Amino acid sequence: MLAIIAAPAAGSIDLNRYSIFALARNALSRHENWPRAWRSPEPRRSYDVVIVGGGGHGLATAYYLAREHGIRNVAVLERGLIGLGNSGRNTTIVRSNYLWDASAHLYEHSLRLWEQLAGTLNFNVMFSQRGVLNLAHNPHDLRELARRVNANRLNGIDSEIVSTAQVKRLAPALDCDPRARYPVLGASLQRRGGTARHDALVWGYARAADAAGVDIIQNCEVTAIRQKDRRVVGVETTRGVIDASKVGVVVAGHASVLAAMAEIRLPIESHPLQALVSEPIKPVLDTVVMSNAVHVYVSQSDKGELVVGAGIDPYTSYSQRGSFPVIEATVSALVALFPSFGRLKLMRQWAGIVDVCPDASPIISKTPVRGLYFNCGWGTGGFKATPGSGHVFAHTIARDEPHPLATPFALERFTTGALVDEHGAAAVAH
Amino acid sequence: MLRIACPWCGARDETEFGYGGEAHVALPADAAQLSDAAWAEYLFMRSNPKGRHRERWVHTHGCRRWFNVVRDTTTERIFAVYLAGSPPAQLPDEPA
Repeated sequence: MLAIIAAPAAGSIDLNRYSIFALARNALSRHENWPRAWRSPEPRRSYDVVIVGGGGHGLATAYYLAREHGIRNVAVLERGLIGLGNSGRNTTIVRSNYLWDASAHLYEHSLRLWEQLAGTLNFNVMFSQRGVLNLAHNPHDLRELARRVNANRLNGIDSEIVSTAQVKRLAPALDCDPRARYPVLGASLQRRGGTARHDALVWGYARAADAAGVDIIQNCEVTAIRQKDRRVVGVETTRGVIDASKVGVVVAGHASVLAAMAEIRLPIESHPLQALVSEPIKPVLDTVVMSNAVHVYVSQSDKGELVVGAGIDPYTSYSQRGSFPVIEATVSALVALFPSFGRLKLMRQWAGIVDVCPDASPIISKTPVRGLYFNCGWGTGGFKATPGSGHVFAHTIARDEPHPLATPFALERFTTGALVDEHGAAAVAH
Repeated sequence: MLRIACPWCGARDETEFGYGGEAHVALPADAAQLSDAAWAEYLFMRSNPKGRHRERWVHTHGCRRWFNVVRDTTTERIFAVYLAGSPPAQLPDEPA
């Protein structure tokens, strides 16, 4: 793992800081003496705040609690090992071109944090702003894209419509023949969008949170949420009882399970979302191509593999496998768009379990139990939001009031009817 | 690939079926009188269990009829298929 970010600030010598000098120093000992990136502490009996879920969002929340709100007596409890859930199962796409103001502001907040993140965390998250194309295959698609591009620009988000000829230049492997099964009439382009290394995001936040004093406790499954008079007092885990007056739950794929422990019902259904990776090939695609109409999205990783994402499986499941007909539909769409990809072998396939809200927007919210907060329901698009999600959720927990950007995403919207309907509007695929 | 036993047509591949979500979410009789919270509960809140789930399916590319299924959402095993409109199926190993 290379993580070369910046030289140490003048005058300070921090042996744990990653830099070109640290790399050179460790080269002398054949890279066998790198310090561990984070501790593995035993859980203490109590913390100020317990975060349930050691994915990117949970670790980011803990990091911002410590760094921005001075709350350092924090534990992140992870059922397995950090980053092995959806944080390691997504297709690593980052963008902020959402239709509605509430979403646009939240995801743009996240994108701006992404742009500074490697420096902030002293960890190379390999954020590559290679641009994200959303294809239009018919006149209606074009009008929808124009509507979204206009909405984005009014919100100060870079977004533009590009012609078929421009698309062809950006992605030469794409079949832009007017007689193609899915003709390309144009696309929207967000140049600041792109991809990042998902594992690095988890490791970067884990290392930075740990350095700020956060205890990351792995192999520690929460089995109950303790409350007294509808006020949270702690959690029961497979490693004992842990007291806390504030508990933040960030467990993509299991939000309903944790909510049931606190007798809360959520408007969430959990579905598998599948992804596939091809054999590695030489550079063929240096941008991200997404298509709503045929529901496929593809980019090429730094290793040369094509990373292909699908739509969700239709039925609810916690099985992390997914069903073959979805793969078949995804691959047939991919091959129709990129005929040359039909020659490739697919190396791996997997599913993550995504918690989908009726309006395809997340829930970042206080709950009927005082001191208990939920950050969930990111559906198919949580990866891109990781920094922003953690940032606003930390604020929500620390101040016991929603961050202004999180206010529209409170649980109450399902009672008031003020939904943030991003189904389709934000380009379906993530 | 699920194999689902339609009560009328027999076992078919899942691609013939449409999914209808949680079963036994009944429209409240006095819908016009409901509070916003009760309406939200009916419209949006779902049990979403990790384990056995009673759910609706429709045989879209077959007889086009709706029916209910008990499926385990962790193993995808289907335990029972029963008619729409009947009470929740009780499995032998479940408390009544």
